[in-house]
Amino acid sequence: MSMKISDKKFNERIDKGIQDSTMREAVSTAQERLYTRRLAASEELGNWEEWRDLGEQIRQHTLENLDYYLMQLSENVTKRGGHVFFAKTKEDAAQYIKEVAEKKQAKKVVKSKSMVTEEIEMNKTLEGIGCEVIESDLGEYILQVDDHEPPSHIVAPALHMKKEQIRDVFQEKLGYGKSEDPYEMTKFVRKILREKFLEAEIGVTGCNFAVANTGSICLVTNEGNADLVTAIPKTQIAVMGMERLVPTMEELDVLVGLLCRSAVGQKLTSYITTVGPKYEEEADGPEEFHLVIVDNGRSEILGSEFQQVLQCIRCAACINVCPVYRHVGGHSYGSIYPGPIGAVLSPLLGGYDDYKELPYASSLCAACTDACPVKIPLHELLLKHRQVIVEKEGRAPLAEKLAMKMFGMGASSAALYKLGTKMAPTAMMPIVSGDRVSKGVGPLKNWTEIREFPAPSKERFRDWFDDHKKGGGK
Amino acid sequence: MKVSLFITCLIDTFQPNVGKATVEILERLGCEVSFPTSQVCCGQPAYNSGYVAEAKQAAKNMIQTFEHVEYVVTPSGSCATMFHEYPHIFKGDVQWEERAKRLAEKTYELTQFIVEVLKVTDVGARLKGKATYHTSCHMTRLLDVKEAPFTLLSNVRELEVEQLPNAQNCCGFGGTFSVKMMPISEQMVDEKVESVEQTGADYLISADCGCLMNIGGRIERLGKSARVLHIAEVLNSR
Repeated sequence: MSMKISDKKFNERIDKGIQDSTMREAVSTAQERLYTRRLAASEELGNWEEWRDLGEQIRQHTLENLDYYLMQLSENVTKRGGHVFFAKTKEDAAQYIKEVAEKKQAKKVVKSKSMVTEEIEMNKTLEGIGCEVIESDLGEYILQVDDHEPPSHIVAPALHMKKEQIRDVFQEKLGYGKSEDPYEMTKFVRKILREKFLEAEIGVTGCNFAVANTGSICLVTNEGNADLVTAIPKTQIAVMGMERLVPTMEELDVLVGLLCRSAVGQKLTSYITTVGPKYEEEADGPEEFHLVIVDNGRSEILGSEFQQVLQCIRCAACINVCPVYRHVGGHSYGSIYPGPIGAVLSPLLGGYDDYKELPYASSLCAACTDACPVKIPLHELLLKHRQVIVEKEGRAPLAEKLAMKMFGMGASSAALYKLGTKMAPTAMMPIVSGDRVSKGVGPLKNWTEIREFPAPSKERFRDWFDDHKKGGGK
Repeated sequence: MKVSLFITCLIDTFQPNVGKATVEILERLGCEVSFPTSQVCCGQPAYNSGYVAEAKQAAKNMIQTFEHVEYVVTPSGSCATMFHEYPHIFKGDVQWEERAKRLAEKTYELTQFIVEVLKVTDVGARLKGKATYHTSCHMTRLLDVKEAPFTLLSNVRELEVEQLPNAQNCCGFGGTFSVKMMPISEQMVDEKVESVEQTGADYLISADCGCLMNIGGRIERLGKSARVLHIAEVLNSR
């Protein structure tokens, strides 16, 4: 699966999402639960704004010195006996992993949840050489069993599904015969996955944060699956987006706290593990360790007006508060990265041809910016995209350009504005009935499709104020 | 105290009653109100659509219009936020950045001005009935005015204020978003209207005309009973 998850047009995807009432119910319930939990977790910590400031500083410092920390990370992983590969493109990354699998003659690969492996289409590449790739994160596993449905959320990939749907998928695909009780279903999957963990020759993980000065990879899960992925198979591959690192354990501590509280409202998730190549004195650990550092467009973002998006720690807090995501669901974005973060990131990594509508799929309510634990000004970056689309890309519709030109003229000239508003009641007469417009034309058409629009007042405020002053108002 | 009104183009053209109420409240509180007639629009429709050059034209006009006044007060959280955005828009522009900053510093949303500057929490209003309040996004999150409207509403005699469920969610207005992304906007405003209904309120109050036009327009279309009121109208009720 690549970043792009649909060939349908934006409007078709949106309509499909809106019509899916089951999905919408699942999403809104999850949003409300996660919203409440996140607020409680941040209040409990206290000084949340100061923690956010610190998180932002750490991320910005790391990005400003990314070359230094990447080099340090790479040296430390190598020093510990690991292999580091810098992948310029997603193809390079997938190719490298494929070569490792071929060398190991691997037939089974077990992996924990990772968005970047989706981005580089790793599963498809490995399946192409006859490798079975097994998702061990419960949400990802559900989707894999369900005919490789794409994730609809970056933390909870099957967030769009209700437990009854999951039961049905298990019944149909795996012959599951019990109830929709999450405990029973999880127990069932656990039994299947235990076997897979033991059989796999290679374990693949993502990377929540790499620690530059130790050369270790931090994995954050609630299921403990990443721990089995990294403990059992003899060869381990960690795949990371090139910005996902911290200088030392001290910064890791801060960011993991922000991540867990923002993502799921927990102080810490059940498992926080740092892994890496085996130290000489250690008895356990992978025989072979590979770290794949994926660029795939990120260095283009670095140093650009969009650099702040690279601060992202993939907690999905922005997605969990987004009122647009709430109604259209994750698949409507057409990208593995949905919601506000996806609307900023997808056009940067995947291009405007596929994702030019996403920056407009936001009311700029700034709930995302408010929720972000590392203070990415998401709504401002969406605005920036719009500016680029209009000014640099020249992709705006001609009628809109003309309208905005006129707006610029009217809004900077009181004389023009006064004339325009004076004429408005007369000009709009044909479409006004009583005190409202029910069937608008031009830009008003879409407004009145669903709502009434007020008729312009015969007496403008400025006329009244004039009289008011003459009549002796203070 | 001398106060200069930034009335907003929506109120000037469509809701002059909100403007009148604003003037009457401020005058009753002892302010000397002026209305510089060269004001037009803050530039949000262009700015939020990516037309920064056009938005700057509007912004420059507003900066000049209010250059020499003491306080700028506006009955719109969103438009006040836009004035606060000007320094950001003109960042690095030697001719305009400082002037934009000075405008931002003296610009207040109406309820914010009453509570923070005039230090008044009870304007002596009376309105019988049950109301709920829509916290508009820009005012709450970007201008950071969260308490003032509730403080003032809590002192309106005979008015019962019920908390709006999922108040944190946007109503779906978003300026051009409401027409560009109409199907999504429709879902958002529908949920808002449902939430208003759940409270059983007679009035939906807010401090932003854009939101009120959106929610009110949908309420009318659906034939629901709640009436939308701008907070200035409520605070001016006797």
